[in-house]
Amino acid sequence: MTLTGSTGIHQESRAPRADARLFAGIADPGYAAHLATFGPLNFAVIGSELVAELERSGLTGRGGAGFPAGQKSRAVLLGSARGWTPSSVVIANGAEGEPRSLKDSTLLRVAPHLVIDGLLASARALGASKMYLYASGAGLEFVRHAIAERKDARGIRLVEAPDTFVSGEASAVVNSIENGVALPKDRVVRLTTSGLRRRPTVVHNIETLAHVALIARYGAGWFRAAGTNGDPGTRLVTVSGSIVAERVLEVPGDQSVREILAACGCAENNVGAVLVGGYHGAWLGRAQLGTPLSAAALAPYGAHPGAGVLYVIGAEECGLRISADIVRFLATESARQCGPCMFGLPEMANILNRIAVGQKDRSLRRELESLMGSVIGRGSCHHPDGTARFVASTLRTFSADVEAHFTGHCVRCHGI
Amino acid sequence: MSPTPSHQTLHIDWTKCDGRGLCTELIPDLLERDKWGYPVARKSAPADRSNVDVAYTRLEAAREAVELCPLLALSLGPVRQT
Repeated sequence: MTLTGSTGIHQESRAPRADARLFAGIADPGYAAHLATFGPLNFAVIGSELVAELERSGLTGRGGAGFPAGQKSRAVLLGSARGWTPSSVVIANGAEGEPRSLKDSTLLRVAPHLVIDGLLASARALGASKMYLYASGAGLEFVRHAIAERKDARGIRLVEAPDTFVSGEASAVVNSIENGVALPKDRVVRLTTSGLRRRPTVVHNIETLAHVALIARYGAGWFRAAGTNGDPGTRLVTVSGSIVAERVLEVPGDQSVREILAACGCAENNVGAVLVGGYHGAWLGRAQLGTPLSAAALAPYGAHPGAGVLYVIGAEECGLRISADIVRFLATESARQCGPCMFGLPEMANILNRIAVGQKDRSLRRELESLMGSVIGRGSCHHPDGTARFVASTLRTFSADVEAHFTGHCVRCHGI
Repeated sequence: MSPTPSHQTLHIDWTKCDGRGLCTELIPDLLERDKWGYPVARKSAPADRSNVDVAYTRLEAAREAVELCPLLALSLGPVRQT
């Protein structure tokens, strides 16, 4: 066992294997089993060095935006170094508004103590005075049970997240905890500068915090031993749709979509397309299944790993119909606070639906593209941007389908 | 590019804006109306269309738009670095 500095970061023989880290203790979510699997974490010696370790690890946020976790924490440290600032707040965000995502609720069920460890460690590293864990009612039950098993987690306040698409957006999380309203807010300064009750605030996804718990134990070098240099570590993914059974898997960084589907027993010739990154994500056609699930590899397709959602549609399913349903859902999930989103999203859903049902009107495509231009960047959160990105990807990936629909045919489901 | 002190940023709070359109009449060179009546910056970075760069010569007019917005949806501040 080697100890580096005073952070308590060390390599231990019991560090879990590279392909089952967060899920190494999946057999028993209890505290004793947690300690037996991962070893104890000495919180008393954790300080701001952990932030440097996070930066070295290359850990990115696992909630959707993929922002570097170390950089987010560093922003709080830099702010307090610049002059007097109120003590900071760390929020563990387990709101899982993505309908096709199960990984956060799964993590709270099988490894609540890793999430708690990560939250406690992050708060120590930033000298935070307040800690919150925000999740659905069902998720909080697992956390409550876990907190009762240990003495060091009593300071964590639990706040229930409503089951809406936008409830997990960072400003909505802060708004929900502060005002009981889980809607995004207009922001002119970053949350890391002024967030919950004007305190510097870090909102980390709970999976991100579970990785923090392991980096605090075993170090950045250990974290980077899984995945690749460009996409280090592991991530949780939820595979659903046209497969035998919905599954949550832990996969190393840069693993290809094809490999992940194979691990779920999904036969490639039955795949029509895969939606990557959730409803704000993008489609990959069958020819693109070799693409690794990393930010860099997915960027050319306008896609992003997001919260690790892979939604498979079958070869005979109409991607336009499914996409139209998704955009209609996104339109109803608009918080209806910002005009361009409130009016633009239902119009986009309507036009995509008209294309999907086979209206022979080529101007619909131009109209849809013009609407996308009308909503992008014009909201207090990225809901309109994410929706427009999804529609753009739909038109791109299913461009041959769109053409066929304009002639009254569907190339997938052989009918309209 | 370093921020120029003579420029300011006009920020639109979309959660407050109701598309009354007064701002688009006061500073038509900076803002036009979209099909629903909401203001659209004539020039802004594609990903940052809630923030409109205001040159020194138009600061007075922009200030008037901020003061007269019935929903207090506009604010003027230092140039933001994105």
